[in-house]
Amino acid sequence: MTAPAVPPRRQFLSQGAALTAALAIAPGLLLYDFARARPPGEPASSAVRWGMLIDTTQCDSGCSACVTACRKENALPEPVRLTDPQWIRKVELEQEGSGRKVSLPMMCQHCADPPCVDVCPTGASFKRADGIVLVDKHRCIGCRYCMMACPYKARSFVHEPVTDHSGATPRGQGTVESCTLCVHRVDRGEIPACVEACAREGHQAILFGNLNDPDSAISRRLRSVASTRLRADLNLDPGVAYEGI
Amino acid sequence: MKPLCLLGRILLVIGCCLVLPAGAHDAMPPLDIGQGGKCVDDPGFMRLNHMKLLLQQRDETVRLGVRGGRYSLAGCVDCHASKVNHSVLGTDRNFCQGCHTYAAVKIDCFECHSSHPRPAMESRR
Ligand code: HEC
Ligand code: HEC
Ligand code: HEC
Repeated sequence: MTAPAVPPRRQFLSQGAALTAALAIAPGLLLYDFARARPPGEPASSAVRWGMLIDTTQCDSGCSACVTACRKENALPEPVRLTDPQWIRKVELEQEGSGRKVSLPMMCQHCADPPCVDVCPTGASFKRADGIVLVDKHRCIGCRYCMMACPYKARSFVHEPVTDHSGATPRGQGTVESCTLCVHRVDRGEIPACVEACAREGHQAILFGNLNDPDSAISRRLRSVASTRLRADLNLDPGVAYEGI
Repeated sequence: MKPLCLLGRILLVIGCCLVLPAGAHDAMPPLDIGQGGKCVDDPGFMRLNHMKLLLQQRDETVRLGVRGGRYSLAGCVDCHASKVNHSVLGTDRNFCQGCHTYAAVKIDCFECHSSHPRPAMESRR
């Protein structure tokens, strides 16, 4: 892989783009003070590890704003069959005995040691430098080993032809897909659509941020409250943590 | 892709242009360039190399996370989509389809990627 020749014009163009991006994300920055758009041309860095902390005590069992927002952002069809794609879903838990109920969103846990990546025969399943676990659909052959390997049932297979291309993410029949942590938004300094929707509903149950930055809101909260990684026994080091379960 | 095979095809196309009289029924129909302006690189260079550039850009963006790339596919579509049907596909005058039909090339990119320009909101990336 060799880089194409780069005339100075490119630098000029990227500077223009950086400026527009900075202006556009200013409100988001003020509101959530965690992220900064990576300048165009710069790759994702392992200095960052994106993660989420979900406070189940703030998650309302009647609310599925995160699910709807995800579907809208990525132009996923309304699921009708059990096999239809679903990147995030609501799960209701009830403790045996006490009857205590908990509601929480489940999606790709963006593991540091993702089993989906281990089993992928083509390298389509991969983990980006900043910890986001993705499917490179250009390399995906639709074998679905990753779906079987995932203990969180986080991945879906696209069985039907895709007709709606209005979403932020290209999708197509015959490939596997899952939560991208809204990588296209994160790369421009915004937060994932589900996080934004949850905040808009007034629940603020999902905190998104950089786990590698000890001063980020998410790191500070992880230090100060008790949290759980789902199936921590598997030692996959998920990037998503839950409070209150 | 083997460079020889590409060169062969290009020579064939040039050969056909030379041999066939103007207005021959199998000449490439004029392409609807779309918005116009300036291509991301020299048009002659793009004609020869766009496939390689796109695949390189694809890997850089998806796997490394490089955004705002010069050879972004969504960028090509933003500019090359026809002002008539707002697409790079649809008829044999539409930019990507027109030339590919003529050159007997089949691509699957638009099974996933949109053949329409992004809404203005999106084009800031
Ligand atoms: C800002 C507008 C713009 C963008 C973006 C753009 N192009 Fe172009 N492109 C043009 C124009 C205008 C021409 C015609 C130039 C001429 O004929 O002098 C052209 C010419 C071409 C040609 C040669 C066509 C021929 O008839 O030989 C190819 C191939 C091409 N572009 C592919 C691409 C690809 C692939 C991308 C994305 C990586 C892209 N272009 C991005 C404006 C654009
Ligand atoms: C199975 C679905 C699928 C197919 C088919 C596909 N892509 Fe993609 N492509 C994607 C996804 C998903 C992304 C990631 C988008 C993102 O992160 O913003 C992407 C991103 C890209 C990007 C970087 C974003 C951009 O617009 O510049 C390029 C370049 C690209 N693809 C080129 C291609 C080319 C060329 C083809 C055809 C040879 C193709 N793709 C076919 C799904 C697909
Ligand atoms: C002026 C003619 C022309 C135009 C316009 C054109 N292409 Fe091509 N394209 C070709 C030719 C010829 C090939 C085949 C080269 C080969 O296989 O040697 C090709 C091949 C490709 C390939 C690689 C296919 C493969 O299987 O390896 C991709 C991807 C591609 N074009 C994308 C595009 C996109 C996207 C556009 C519109 C923005 C476009 N092309 C516009 C002539 C053109």
